[in-house]
Amino acid sequence: MSVTTIDPSTLDVAAVRADFPALAQRVNGRPLVYLDNAASAQKPRAVIEAVAHAYTKDYANVHRGVHSLSQHATDAYEQARSVGRRFLGAAHDEELVFVRGATEAINLVAQSFVRPRLGAGDEILVTEMEHHSNIVPWQLLCAEVGARLVAAPIDDRGALDLEAFADLLSSRTKMVSVVHISNALGTINPVAEIVRLARSRGIPTMIDGAQAAPHMAIDVHALGCDFYAISGHKVFGPTGIGLLYGRREHLRAMPPYQGGGEMIHSVSFAGSRWAPPPHRFEAGTPHIVGAIGLAAALRYVESIGAPRIGAHEHDLLTHASEQLGALPQVRLIGTAAEKAAVLSFVVEGIHAHDVGTILDQEGVAVRAGHHCAQPAIEHFGLAATARASFALYNTHAEIDRLVRAVKHAIEIFSP
Amino acid sequence: MSDLRDLYQEIILDHYRTPRNLRAPAGANRTADGHNPLCGDRVRVRLRVADGVIEDAGFEGAGCAISTASASLMTEAVKGKTVAEAEALFQAFRALVTGDSAGSTDADLGKLEALAGVRDYPIRIKCATLAWHTLESALRSVSGEVAADPGAGSVVSSE
Repeated sequence: MSVTTIDPSTLDVAAVRADFPALAQRVNGRPLVYLDNAASAQKPRAVIEAVAHAYTKDYANVHRGVHSLSQHATDAYEQARSVGRRFLGAAHDEELVFVRGATEAINLVAQSFVRPRLGAGDEILVTEMEHHSNIVPWQLLCAEVGARLVAAPIDDRGALDLEAFADLLSSRTKMVSVVHISNALGTINPVAEIVRLARSRGIPTMIDGAQAAPHMAIDVHALGCDFYAISGHKVFGPTGIGLLYGRREHLRAMPPYQGGGEMIHSVSFAGSRWAPPPHRFEAGTPHIVGAIGLAAALRYVESIGAPRIGAHEHDLLTHASEQLGALPQVRLIGTAAEKAAVLSFVVEGIHAHDVGTILDQEGVAVRAGHHCAQPAIEHFGLAATARASFALYNTHAEIDRLVRAVKHAIEIFSP
Repeated sequence: MSDLRDLYQEIILDHYRTPRNLRAPAGANRTADGHNPLCGDRVRVRLRVADGVIEDAGFEGAGCAISTASASLMTEAVKGKTVAEAEALFQAFRALVTGDSAGSTDADLGKLEALAGVRDYPIRIKCATLAWHTLESALRSVSGEVAADPGAGSVVSSE
């Protein structure tokens, strides 16, 4: 988020940290510095309590019982959907499908939306910086029908080459699916422009917003995308729950993704009729309490506000980039002009895995590896990077601890 | 908290910076590829085996300090050993780095003892054993063929 007019000091980080009980612990004898937020974020008390309350007080199956508890659970589950709609800027509750996470959302769209309209020789366009979850579902589908998955290139700063992307759109392109914020490089893609380019050619679009949700305001209506996916656990919610936004006209026309209870209107051996969206896509008993926990997480983020979060994280990213970038042995990977709270780096002469182990001994949790985005990392001629990723609760002091731990790694490995 | 110097001993850093036998041995007749999907490390182990003896051993690939040093030390250790001796050495080495003595042998580990510190870092055990699993796979390979990574599944291609 390169442009901000909000003073980051308006975010009371100490108060925010007090909301997250997991942050107040020691790891390997040192106060925890949790910088693996792009993999999964810690949970605020509001989420933990919402989950505990749901199981303690209002738990039953949804959309089935005539009894009161089932009604309470159904109300809470459907209210959670409304919270998701508001968070994503959608117009109708029926446009929000509860899924296990962004991965399932993409698989659902691949199978129920794209598959019927994809033929041999057709193409699906993604980018070189995609997470494996926005590569492999398309590969599986393409392999079945003889279609081709095409990746638009990135430049050496890790930004999408928008001109090349536009040139790759053709009459063969049947779907565009791109990541909003790269989990490996931190690049914020110009998704509004991408959607505009695709729509002008009548090509539907899917945005993988797993990394965007905890960092910036999302407005699917303003974006004009056809589908948008988020994962609950990356936005301070429970694991195993996420949201797929899909345009109403698409969802209504799409066949089910999985069959089972909940998603049917009526069943007979002569044939069954599907329920309307969103329940058509929620076969089986859903992750009821996960949805309630996710709603608590989204409310929590809304209570702080995306502009304040964005400003604080931009400040953290700037500080970390300056401090780490000042070490001659460190090379930052992914330096796009539009960048969110992810800092991938390599240290000369030290493998990322060793950096990760040494940092962990200092209580600093980072991820080391290809971050489930192998093509993006290989673009830089690497097999692995270390990655520090920030959230609203991280501080300058924590970044200083990160930098000291990296210096320690350099000391250990220096001859 | 474990002391990082126990993990990153000087001999390990030396073998990481200057790996021994980082080459394809002349006349190699046993080859296998190994891959650690967790960190992306890849290693290829090549051997020249004649009359049940590992006459030469080499490796190629890039990895972390632990996996590179382990591969380097391994190639030194198995050179000149019979296949049975090399397999016994692997069992002893596995016991050393996992701390689980089941299936261990009394093979003399020598310099390989330097990797004992890995047992305090369970996530890193695979780094230390990657080259050895690949060696085992190479020993079972057919001359002239590359034994595939035993952990790899089928390939999906959309190109």
